[in-house]
Amino acid sequence: MQTVTTQTEAIETHTIAVLVDNEAGVLGRVIGLFSGRGYNIESLTVSEVDHHERLSRINIVTTGTPMVIEQIKAQLGRLVPVHRVRDLTSEGPSVQRELALVKVVSTGERRVESLRVADIFRARVVDSTNESFVFEIVGKTGKLDAFIRLMEPLGLIDVSRTGVAAIARGTDSL
Amino acid sequence: MMQERMSGAEIVLKALVDQGVEVVFGYPGGAVLPLYDAIFKQNHIRHILTRHEQAAVHAAEGYARSTGKVGVVLVTSGPGSTNAVTGLLDALLDSVPLVCLSGQVPTQLIGTDAFQEADTTGITRPCTKHNYLVKDVELLAGVMHEAFYVARTGRPGPVVVDLPKNVQVAEGPYVQAHQVKHKSYRPPVKGDAAAIEKAVDLIASAKRPVFYCGGGVVNSGPAACAALTELVRATGYPITLTLQGIGAFPGSDPQFLGMLGMHGTYEANLAMHGCDVMVAIGARFDDRVTGNVAGFAPGAEIIHVDVDAASINKNVRVDIPIIGDAGSVIADMLAAWKAKKCKPDGEALARWWRQIETWRARKCLAYAPSEAVIKPQFAIERLYAAAKDRDTYITTEVGQHQMWAAQFYRQEEPLHWMTSGGLGTMGYGFPAAIGVQLAHPDSLVACIAGEASFMMNMQEIATAAQYRLPVKVFILNNGYMGMVRQWQELLHGSRYSESHSEALPDIPKLADAFGITGMVVDRPADLDAAIARMIETPGAVLVDVRVDPAENCFPMIPSGATHDNMLLGELVGSRGPTVTEAGKGLV
Repeated sequence: MQTVTTQTEAIETHTIAVLVDNEAGVLGRVIGLFSGRGYNIESLTVSEVDHHERLSRINIVTTGTPMVIEQIKAQLGRLVPVHRVRDLTSEGPSVQRELALVKVVSTGERRVESLRVADIFRARVVDSTNESFVFEIVGKTGKLDAFIRLMEPLGLIDVSRTGVAAIARGTDSL
Repeated sequence: MMQERMSGAEIVLKALVDQGVEVVFGYPGGAVLPLYDAIFKQNHIRHILTRHEQAAVHAAEGYARSTGKVGVVLVTSGPGSTNAVTGLLDALLDSVPLVCLSGQVPTQLIGTDAFQEADTTGITRPCTKHNYLVKDVELLAGVMHEAFYVARTGRPGPVVVDLPKNVQVAEGPYVQAHQVKHKSYRPPVKGDAAAIEKAVDLIASAKRPVFYCGGGVVNSGPAACAALTELVRATGYPITLTLQGIGAFPGSDPQFLGMLGMHGTYEANLAMHGCDVMVAIGARFDDRVTGNVAGFAPGAEIIHVDVDAASINKNVRVDIPIIGDAGSVIADMLAAWKAKKCKPDGEALARWWRQIETWRARKCLAYAPSEAVIKPQFAIERLYAAAKDRDTYITTEVGQHQMWAAQFYRQEEPLHWMTSGGLGTMGYGFPAAIGVQLAHPDSLVACIAGEASFMMNMQEIATAAQYRLPVKVFILNNGYMGMVRQWQELLHGSRYSESHSEALPDIPKLADAFGITGMVVDRPADLDAAIARMIETPGAVLVDVRVDPAENCFPMIPSGATHDNMLLGELVGSRGPTVTEAGKGLV
């Protein structure tokens, strides 16, 4: 059959927040849903946010046509351990942040230049040897991408990123 | 108050009794021995030993489908649970409420590749509505009640409860079902009142309406089907049903257009294609129904009622979505229809019916009668004639015979028709019939089968024999995997690659070997007598009906085509469109 994805519709990027019971296998259910139905995961973060109630929050950045995004939300919503699903992209403004640890190995002018770029991006040095820095940078995904691109010719050898944490602006809660 | 404490196995049994379970279908093994010991020591629950775990699940499906209750399965760890997987996915796709209890190696051995260990919750995650691994006996009773609640509410489905052996032995507390409240699961029931009102206004204003209803109405229960029948009759509009919806509306009612979809009737598919308002209730627009979605019902405004929000706007975009239980929403629609004193546009409706009658007049199911060879359609017509005035339950296997059964065996009421639609599982029908017969010991239960499907679970003859279940297996034997053969004829130049049923058993001898009755019929003139004998013979009966091996199932919407592009049988008219190259790549 023809699927809806073959229709000519614009591909959109959405950030979806999901509140789940922090129980064994719940992340597997979410990931299995995406792989099993052919949805994309650009970024995924998960962590317990309410220890007393044993609730975890999953933030997923995904891409698809509007119809596919609606499907993703509906499919997430019918997983039994899911409490709430919110589309932070379509339901009002939100704040999105990601943290990266970026290791640069270099000496001389390149080492100095890496520090200068880090300063511009407000990245912090969290580890240092004579030949290396580990920078910590926080910001939107695009800012991190730009920083990492600039570090490439300056001795970049390792990157670790957290993925996107996101939250709605204003007084609303998940 | 002191809480009652008992072994995990006893907790499971007590929970089953409290949930109203009477029958469990299963197969023992090392990891479920404590459970089987608990079964041995009690008299409330009857255990039915099937000869394969897949058959246990299908039998539980048959039991569930024909009663509206939750079917229960019990299997051991490792191969026991992996054998159950096909049945679980079958139940998921067809929304059948099941609880499958599986044994697991003791918790301290999980992850060590222990004997008969399988990651059952991992393997069954995409094949179930939900699953549990119970590592702590303190939580067991709550999980058991929750499993039944999840299985039967909302869009019903299979739930697995994986039970490590040490948890079955350990002592824990028992809690009652009403003490358990789920933290997050809230199945929808009532539909949005404003949307229902809007839908009723649209229904009343329709010029070329059609109701398109499915298994969701059947799952909602006989009251939902009765309300649907009342609503459809109040409007005077035509209705078509999906394969799983058969029985939700009386099959002999003139407003019923027959089943729609790939092998649906000419009138049902053209009504869908030409309608201006489509009222979809408890149906999920799957590819066997829609054909090419790009050309699906081009002029229709669509109302879609479904309890599963994920079924709405999945394959086809709809105009008025209503999330809720079919029965509840239909009742609200009916109330709104009456309250608003709605009247259909009589002139437009008469014109629409005149159009539909010209489509109906094509008699799309007509086939060339024969006095020399039994036509499979004829065999089903004769079975229908013999069984329709009894309390009869029909199950089917999967393939041509299934589609002919859907076309020719009219069902007047819900819960009497059991077939594997979503997964299309060959081997479903015979064990399902066993489950139906257990639920309805005095009714006539017939499995309309093909010889190839029957062989996929024919070991269950032993189950039927052991429990003296008088199931009648009506095997339309054309010597081929008929639907595969049909596609090879139409799409692959009649190159019948591996689709011939070689080395078939002698059915009477096979039956005899298990102590049941078998017979062969190969002349049309002998068919009625054979059917009568099948029905009258006590105990299980296998009938080898030798049918025309070349017969194809029409109408047929070829893959990639739309509802207005049907292949029709030779008697009816032109052979219609051929399959496009793109269509050959589709399933």
